[in-house]
Amino acid sequence: MLAYVIRRMAYGVIVVLGVLFFLFLLFFTVTSPDDVARKALGERVPEAVVEQWKVNHGYDKPLFPEPGAWTDNMLVEHYRRMLTFDFGRSDADDTPIADRLRAGVGPSLALTVPLFTFSLLASIPLALLVALFRDTYIDRMGVVLCVLAMSVSILLYIIGAQYLIGRLLHWFPISGFDADPRVVVRFLALPLLVGLVAGIGGDVRFYRTVFIEESNTDFVRTARAKGCGEARIMGRHVLRNSLIPILTQVVLAIPFLFTGSLLLESFFGIPGLGAITVDAINGNDFSVLRTMVYIGSLLFVGGQILTDLSYGLVDPRVRLE
Amino acid sequence: MEAWVFSNIVVAILITAAVGLTGVVLRSRMWSNAFLSLWRRRRVAIIAIGFYVLVALLDSVSWVGGEQFGEDAVAKYQAQSILDRAFAGIRERSYSAPLASVEFYGGAPLVHPGRHLLGTDLLGRDVLHLALKGARVALLIGGLTSLIAIPLALLFGVSAGYFGGRIDDFVFFIMSTLASMPGLLLLITLIMVMGKSTFSVCIALAVTGWVGFCRVSRGETIKLRELEYISAARALGVGEMRIIFRHILPNLAHLVIITFVLMFSGLVLSEAILSWLGIGVDGSWGQMIDQARDELSRDPIVWWNISAAGSALFGLILAVNFVGDALRDVMDPRTLREGE
Repeated sequence: MLAYVIRRMAYGVIVVLGVLFFLFLLFFTVTSPDDVARKALGERVPEAVVEQWKVNHGYDKPLFPEPGAWTDNMLVEHYRRMLTFDFGRSDADDTPIADRLRAGVGPSLALTVPLFTFSLLASIPLALLVALFRDTYIDRMGVVLCVLAMSVSILLYIIGAQYLIGRLLHWFPISGFDADPRVVVRFLALPLLVGLVAGIGGDVRFYRTVFIEESNTDFVRTARAKGCGEARIMGRHVLRNSLIPILTQVVLAIPFLFTGSLLLESFFGIPGLGAITVDAINGNDFSVLRTMVYIGSLLFVGGQILTDLSYGLVDPRVRLE
Repeated sequence: MEAWVFSNIVVAILITAAVGLTGVVLRSRMWSNAFLSLWRRRRVAIIAIGFYVLVALLDSVSWVGGEQFGEDAVAKYQAQSILDRAFAGIRERSYSAPLASVEFYGGAPLVHPGRHLLGTDLLGRDVLHLALKGARVALLIGGLTSLIAIPLALLFGVSAGYFGGRIDDFVFFIMSTLASMPGLLLLITLIMVMGKSTFSVCIALAVTGWVGFCRVSRGETIKLRELEYISAARALGVGEMRIIFRHILPNLAHLVIITFVLMFSGLVLSEAILSWLGIGVDGSWGQMIDQARDELSRDPIVWWNISAAGSALFGLILAVNFVGDALRDVMDPRTLREGE
């Protein structure tokens, strides 16, 4: 068990190092620090200003290890900064990136955690219901509704909800955010609703497939032969044995709760990490973008390790070796 | 070579390829049965996709010159597609509602009253024309991306699954590295560093999209590699390359088709999101939706732009999703038991 955990973590570290190398290739060779400087300063600035900007932001070293600069180069510097969580200052407006991240995590979690919980609470029972009525008109209708819901672009859901509920019915504010717990619910209601509706089609369909796969197994047939009721079969035999695929979905989704939702946050004016990322895109802020990808993959790798370890807890047949 | 000449050549190649593939399908009992049962299950969706493809082809065949542009000197000397020619010379000055005879704001009489089935946009362009033009962009995004992603995934997946060992370790490492970066963020990052263009959008979508199919083809190859007929071929002294091309790849063909169709709708929907972030492809439905967003806050509101782009996008995605599901049921024996 311990050997497995160590080996699994070592592989996770290797993957993170690989991600960092990929990011280095993208941000330092595909686009060079000169390009970034010119985007931040404008095309028509003198060479000296660009050089000064590179010195200020720590981009003035040679890219790769070379004689005389084996450790003092961008590649080593990139790894050192990222691995010590020293993200430096933003390329666009010089604010410390770590501060912005810290300020953004709260609003992001305020949106994503309820969204994630409500989605699970809505989609699993619905999928169980649809799977219970499999091969009837209820099931077919359910699947068609799921495909219909999945085929609408999330942009249309957002625009439609803002127009219908926000502008015509005036139930909730169209966008904005306030950390005060008494009013935050009003601001989060609309993004939550949109996120729920946009995701539910795919979720229900996925869980339905999982449940139907599980209800074709021998032990379900045995339970039915013994005279066990359909509802009881679904709850006790199918749901419990479907926990592995569900768990994989769920645990892998948890890390991304921290990085927030790009679209919902920026459309509804929630100052979370997703909105910070959109600002970085609009402002050509490569350092923030780089940091967000790194943090996202770090969380994902962590989540993956947790998933693998939790298999052993849910399914006694799985031995971690 | 000019862009429109290239586009015409591509259309010719595509039609030839379609005719050739139809021949192959008709000769094989298995494939023609599969497509026949697909046709029986999803007639409407297939006809809908056919319509989108037809519109896209009509918008891809273009040439310079023609009488129908009248005084429009710019249009006269630019390559115009068949679709552009059908809608030529009916431009208005600004917004007009569907089938209206006066302008939407101000009420000045239109130049071509009643000619605009879906109204006109801010610049007086016919919305039906723009919505139809989006079909080509959507199919281009889905097609070009798949053309990059699927061969890449097959190359890596099959060689990893077939040869195993170091190659497998390497491919697996690449896959887990790419998969561990958040999809949308990676997509945006790739487009940002490569610069904004149709081609870099497709490359970025391909880089983020090939991993899933690579995993599937690797798994399937590992399974096929252990089968008797592969051992038989090897015992007869058939070379590795020949085994891969004659015995493994044809058995992955159904997976390629299913993946292509299932991937397609995701690609087009992702492009819509990219358009909204300002890094999408020109002329796509996503861009139309993005531009029409502010029109909902006008008074009285302009609703036809966003409805046209939204419905066109929804129609294509819905049809592709329905066909994709049926295709999986028809072609993949693993999910066949689902219907039992």
